[in-house]
Amino acid sequence: MATKPRTLYEKIWDAHVVETRDDGTALVYIDRHLVHEVTSPQAFEALRIAGRTVRRPELTLAVPDHNLPTTPRLAPDGTVLPIADPESAAQLAALELNAPAFGIRYIPATAKEQGIVHVVGPEQGFSLPGTTIVCGDSHTACHGGLGALAFGIGTSEVEHVLATQTLLLQQSKSMEVRVNGDLGPGVTAKDLIMHIIGQIGAAGGSGYVIEYRGAVFERMSIEQRLTVCNMSIEAGARAGLIAPDDVTFAYLKGRPMAPAGADWDAAVAYWRTLHSDDGALFDKSVVIDAATVEPSVTWGTSPEDVVAIGGRVPSPDDFADESKRVAVQKSLDYMGLTPGTPMTEVPIENVFIGSCTNSRIEDLRAAAAVLKGRRKADNVRWAIVVPGSGLVKAQAEDEGLDRIFTAAGFEWREPGCSACLGMNPDKVPPGERCASTSNRNFVGRQGPGARTHLVSPAMAAAAAVTGRLADVRLLGVKRNT
Amino acid sequence: MQPLTRVEGGAIPLGLKNVDTDIIIPARWLKTISRDGLGQGAFETLRAVPGNVIDDPAYAGAPILIAGDNFGCGSSREHAAWALGDLGIKVVIAPSFSDIFSGNAVKNGILPVVLAQSAVDRLLEVARQGEPITVDLETQTVTTPYQDRFAFTLDPFRRDCLLNGLDEIALTMARDTAIGAFEGARANGQPWLMRGTAI
Repeated sequence: MATKPRTLYEKIWDAHVVETRDDGTALVYIDRHLVHEVTSPQAFEALRIAGRTVRRPELTLAVPDHNLPTTPRLAPDGTVLPIADPESAAQLAALELNAPAFGIRYIPATAKEQGIVHVVGPEQGFSLPGTTIVCGDSHTACHGGLGALAFGIGTSEVEHVLATQTLLLQQSKSMEVRVNGDLGPGVTAKDLIMHIIGQIGAAGGSGYVIEYRGAVFERMSIEQRLTVCNMSIEAGARAGLIAPDDVTFAYLKGRPMAPAGADWDAAVAYWRTLHSDDGALFDKSVVIDAATVEPSVTWGTSPEDVVAIGGRVPSPDDFADESKRVAVQKSLDYMGLTPGTPMTEVPIENVFIGSCTNSRIEDLRAAAAVLKGRRKADNVRWAIVVPGSGLVKAQAEDEGLDRIFTAAGFEWREPGCSACLGMNPDKVPPGERCASTSNRNFVGRQGPGARTHLVSPAMAAAAAVTGRLADVRLLGVKRNT
Repeated sequence: MQPLTRVEGGAIPLGLKNVDTDIIIPARWLKTISRDGLGQGAFETLRAVPGNVIDDPAYAGAPILIAGDNFGCGSSREHAAWALGDLGIKVVIAPSFSDIFSGNAVKNGILPVVLAQSAVDRLLEVARQGEPITVDLETQTVTTPYQDRFAFTLDPFRRDCLLNGLDEIALTMARDTAIGAFEGARANGQPWLMRGTAI
């Protein structure tokens, strides 16, 4: 029987529809659920009040990440150090109690497997191709790098998934972002996704699931694909996808929660069917020429405020839309920038290397490659590296990366979300700038009054060395990662 | 959840585009384990500026907020909806909303109304004149004392949930047999999918 060509998104969607209501809303099965301490306490509390249980506890994995300080967690004698902030401590304690009380596997803050949920899921093989993955965190889009339909949800939906292992959803539209050609030397996955967001806008992907297509993505490692899909939400798309392939399977094989033996073979056979069919129709298509992508940096307070490092701070007059002109002026005021200033003349005082976007081993290697034999500039007061998980941290230490960072004047921290959103003590001071490998340059995101410039790990390292935003390609490191 | 059918009252003319959920409720307020009391942290950065529109006495108690494109973008934090609810907001009108925020809003009895930019501009004008705006979910219209009348649509399921104050989880739990059948088929065909952490 001939079937209509389908997109990857349609294939995953179709495989998870339990039933469709008369009004078109679908009841969709959720294969994997990640839980952290910030968006779950109210959900567990509501379950308790309603006398509800968790339908499939083995399909949820809990790990603390947002609130944890990134300073040492154990005293020299091995005892667990207390969390100073009483509110953070209470929230972390709630997860530690709720997870076992509802039968959910919990990775404690002191375990080597602890880390940012979006680093831990793929690393443990909990996140798998073709699955539906949700988490009370918008950067769940990240797991699309493995070919999973992964998206962020609110706390009411966390409760819904815990109680029923399903969600009530409307099918999204599909968008193809096709990138032709290859990235130039020194241009990374982070630069590419920032460039894409700059092209389609912070709301350009609203209502869509994006599939990233083209040989450039096929050549990327899983770490790079996770970086790309992670920031889909910054273009407004709830989810981003890259079709799974041999790179994906090689990454997952042997991971603790990945299928094994005959299950592995059956899984791979299924995963090989997960790609958009020839002739599948997308609701929207965007084409990007990879050769036009330069190392990217943000100048404003929306992730769409992207410019090539060789560019200048724009003027409100550069924009046709009146509301955008108003927004640009507000952004420039907040960022303390003057139109026309070359981006490479913007000094920075802080550097943050971390977050679910850029805290995996390849990210740390890319930054260390730039920092090796160099030291941060004197005007850079605070530079920290926060590995995405304890396992990333251990691997980096095995490779000697930690010593490169500390020799360069960076602090080498424990894993967590850290200065990406400043819920823990890691914050950028008011009025100061930060070259950050995170995902959001919103007003106050890294701390009240903090001024964020989003960059790749290599560009963050270049900024640390020069004390201003800088083109890493001019520092004599040629990498294409 | 309280049913929502019709809201009439003043509107806060915020007007900004790309209002992210960090603006609606900054991260430091997310350390709570409760849904209550978040109104005091709502729009904290904007409200630090004297003469800001949120605290303007002219709009005190207004149940409607009018904003620009892409309202509620960014973080999935439902605290944003809780904070707006705590401020007494029952309707947000904007040219577009982030997907996650609009879902969170509806689950907390807040109606996201999508209207064309021209209609939003007109409503901002009416709001600044201190005139009331009426939002009717039954008829899916927004009207003003000046005979303006703008039609909007909301996904039928969400509309039904809001109009009747439905508990989505209870609705889904009533479909237990269908979910069980789906899981049974899964366990036979792709058992590895059902193992999760229990491998």
